[in-house]
Amino acid sequence: MGLAETLLRSRAVAALASPQGVDRYLEQVNPMWAVHEVRARIVRVTREVDVPGHPPVATITLQPTSTWQGHRAGQHVQLGVEIHGARRTTRVFSVSSPDSRPGDRFTITLRANHDLPPGRSVSRFLVEEARPGQLVHLSQAEGGFVLPDAVPEHVLMISGGSGITPVMSMLRSLQRRTHRGRVTFVHYARSPEHQIFAEELDTIRRSGYGVDVHLLHPEQGDPALTPMWLDRLVPGYREVPTWACGPAPMVDALRAAYDGSTTLRLEYFKPPRTSSGDAEGEVEFSRSGAAAANTGAPLLEQAEALGLRPEFGCRMGICFSCVSTKTEGTVRNVLTGESSSLPDEDIRICVSAPVGDCVVDL
Amino acid sequence: MTTNPTTLTPEQLEAFGAELDAIRQRIVADLGEADATYIRKVVKRQRQLEVAGRAMFYLPPLWPLAVASLSLSKILDNMEIGHNVMHGQYDWMGDPGLSSRMYEWDNVCPSEQWKYSHNYIHHTYTNILGKDRDIGYGILRMDEDQPWHPYYLGNPLYAFLLMVFFEWGVAMHDLEVENIVKGTRRMEENRALHAGIMRKVKRQALKDYLLFPALTGPLFPLTLAGNATANLVRNVWAFNIIFCGHFPAGVATFSEEECEDESRGQWYYRQLLGSANITGGRLFHVLTGNLSHQIEHHLFPDLPARRYPEIAPEIRDLCERHDLPYNTGRLGGQLLSVAKKICRLALPGGGTASRQPEQDGDEAVAA
Repeated sequence: MGLAETLLRSRAVAALASPQGVDRYLEQVNPMWAVHEVRARIVRVTREVDVPGHPPVATITLQPTSTWQGHRAGQHVQLGVEIHGARRTTRVFSVSSPDSRPGDRFTITLRANHDLPPGRSVSRFLVEEARPGQLVHLSQAEGGFVLPDAVPEHVLMISGGSGITPVMSMLRSLQRRTHRGRVTFVHYARSPEHQIFAEELDTIRRSGYGVDVHLLHPEQGDPALTPMWLDRLVPGYREVPTWACGPAPMVDALRAAYDGSTTLRLEYFKPPRTSSGDAEGEVEFSRSGAAAANTGAPLLEQAEALGLRPEFGCRMGICFSCVSTKTEGTVRNVLTGESSSLPDEDIRICVSAPVGDCVVDL
Repeated sequence: MTTNPTTLTPEQLEAFGAELDAIRQRIVADLGEADATYIRKVVKRQRQLEVAGRAMFYLPPLWPLAVASLSLSKILDNMEIGHNVMHGQYDWMGDPGLSSRMYEWDNVCPSEQWKYSHNYIHHTYTNILGKDRDIGYGILRMDEDQPWHPYYLGNPLYAFLLMVFFEWGVAMHDLEVENIVKGTRRMEENRALHAGIMRKVKRQALKDYLLFPALTGPLFPLTLAGNATANLVRNVWAFNIIFCGHFPAGVATFSEEECEDESRGQWYYRQLLGSANITGGRLFHVLTGNLSHQIEHHLFPDLPARRYPEIAPEIRDLCERHDLPYNTGRLGGQLLSVAKKICRLALPGGGTASRQPEQDGDEAVAA
C-alpha cells in the first residue's frame, strides 16, 4: 500500500470528505479507485459448458480494486451488478479460483438462472450479457467453509452440480500448494456434457499427486450417494475430514450418511423460494425468528400481529421510516399492484404484502 | 385566506385520487436508466463543483468564484441530491450511495432526524395545524389560525434569522424547543437527538471552519470566510425556496378534525391545496431540487424529482377539470406573497373568524 493510499485512508482525509466519504469522490475520477469499498472490473467471460436446452455455465475473471483483501479457497463473495444501468442486484457466488491475496484477480463460476426473467437474474446477466470492462460491486470474501491452515493428510471433497465451485477452489489451492497428502474428489453431474472443469480435472487425475477424481452421472447408471458406496470408496469415510457442497437432496443424503459426524463440513445455498397465489405460504421475520402463515396483509401489520414492533411512520408508503430488507420471496405493492421478487431488496413494509413465502430481516 | 374550498363530492374525490394513482403508476413502471443516469450526472457535477470550489481558495483573486462554486455544490447536495435521495426516490436503484437509508447530506441536521421530521411528520400531516411542525418551524406565526401573542411582533426578524441560520434552524427543529417551553415535551426526550446533532455539527464545523481553512495556510481567514459564505448562500436559497412551497397566498391549511379518516383522494387533495409551485427554467428547477414543483412533490414524494416537470401539465389539467386551484407563480411574486404574510401575521388578526368555509350545500365534504 502506497503513501497515497495510507493518506486517503486517514482520519484527516475522512474528515475532509465528510459526510460523503472518500470513495464517493474517488469513484467520480476512476471507478477502480477506492480505499474502503470493493469493486471489480470483468476481465474475461469464458463459457464452461453449453448444453443445448440447459442454462449455460461461465467463468468470470475479475480484477478487483486494491481494497480486495484476498480470499481463502471455499469462501464466497456478494456480487452486485447494475442490470441495464439502473437497478443493482446482489447475489452470492463462490470463488472458483485458488486462494487470492490482496488485489489479486480471481474467478467465479456460475450457471445462468433461467427461472427468473432476463433483467432480474444476476447470474443470467453475468453469463449471457456481461462483457469485459464492465464494473461490478463486491463484498470482501465471506464464509467459514475453508480448509484449515494445516491441511489433513486425507481430504474428501464431495460436490453436486454448480456446488463444485468452492471445492474446485480448494482443489486448485492444494495443487498450487503442492499438498502431499491424499484427496478424494467426488462430483455428481447430470451428464458428461454438463461436467464443468472436465479437462482440468482429467489433467489432475492423470498427473496430480494423490488425487482420486470420481466424476459420476447417476442418470447414466453411476452409483448414487449412499453410505454403502461411500464406504467402499473411502473406507471409514465418517472419520475423514470432508468438505461438501451441492443441492438440497445431496446435502440431505450426506447428513444422513455422516450421521452427525463432526468431520463433515457443508456449504449449501438455498435456491430462491418462489410461490404464486395471494395469501399462501409463510411469512418469516428472520432476526426475531417469528413466523406465521401469510394472511395477505401488509408485512408491517403481519409483524405487529406477531408481537414485533418494527419502526414505522406514515403507514401509507410515503415516509420510508419502515424500510426493511426482504431477503426472500415476492411482495406486492398494495398501492401500485406492482410485484417484485428480487432477493435482498429494500421494501416499505407498510405497503408491501407478501405473495406466498416471504422472509424479511426484522 | 386559509379557507378550504372543498368542492368535490366523495365520488369526485375518488376519481381524482384514481387519476393521480394512475399517473404515479405509469411513472413507477417507466423508471430506469435515464433516471439513474440523471442523478449520477448531478452527483458528478456536485462533486466537481465542490472540489473546484475548495481548490480555488488557493488563488485569492478567484475567491468569489470559489464561493460561487462551493455554494452551488452545497445547494445541489442539499436540494436535488440530499432531499430527494432521502425521500427514497432512488432506492429502487439499489445503489448504497443513493439510498435513503445511507445518504448523509452536507448540513448540520443529521439525515436520520430530518427524515423523521420531514418525510414522516411534514409529508404525512402537510399543512395540518398543530401536526405539521413545518408551519412556522415552531418559531413563526405563518397561519391566521395560530393564536396571536406579543412574541409574534418579532415575526419578520425571526424569519430573517431563520433564513440566515436555516441549516441550524432545521437541526433545532427536531428538538421541538417550543414544545419544551410549553411543557408538552420533556428534556429527556431530546437527549439522543441532541447527541446526534452535536456529532454532525462537529463534523460539519471541523471541515468547513477548521480543516479546509487550515489547509490553505496563510489564507485561513479568507477560506474560512468563503466557506461560511457558501453555507450562508445555501441557507438563504433553501429557506426562500422552501418558504415558497407552502406559505404563499392561496395555500390552504387544515384542522386535525378535518383530516380524520382521510381517504386517499382526500389526502391527495390536501397535498395539492397545501402546496405551491414556482415557475422557472430547467436550471432553476434543478437548483431548487425540483421543489419548484412542490405540488407534484407533495403528491408523489417518492418519485424521482426529475419527473415532476414532466407530469406537471397533467396535474394542472386535472386541477382545471376538477375546478381546483393550482398555486403557481414566478419566484419574485411567490416570495413577495410570503414576505407579506410574515409581516401581516406579526400583528393580531386572522384567527378562526376568517375560516368561513366557502362551500355550500350537502354535496361538499370536509377534507
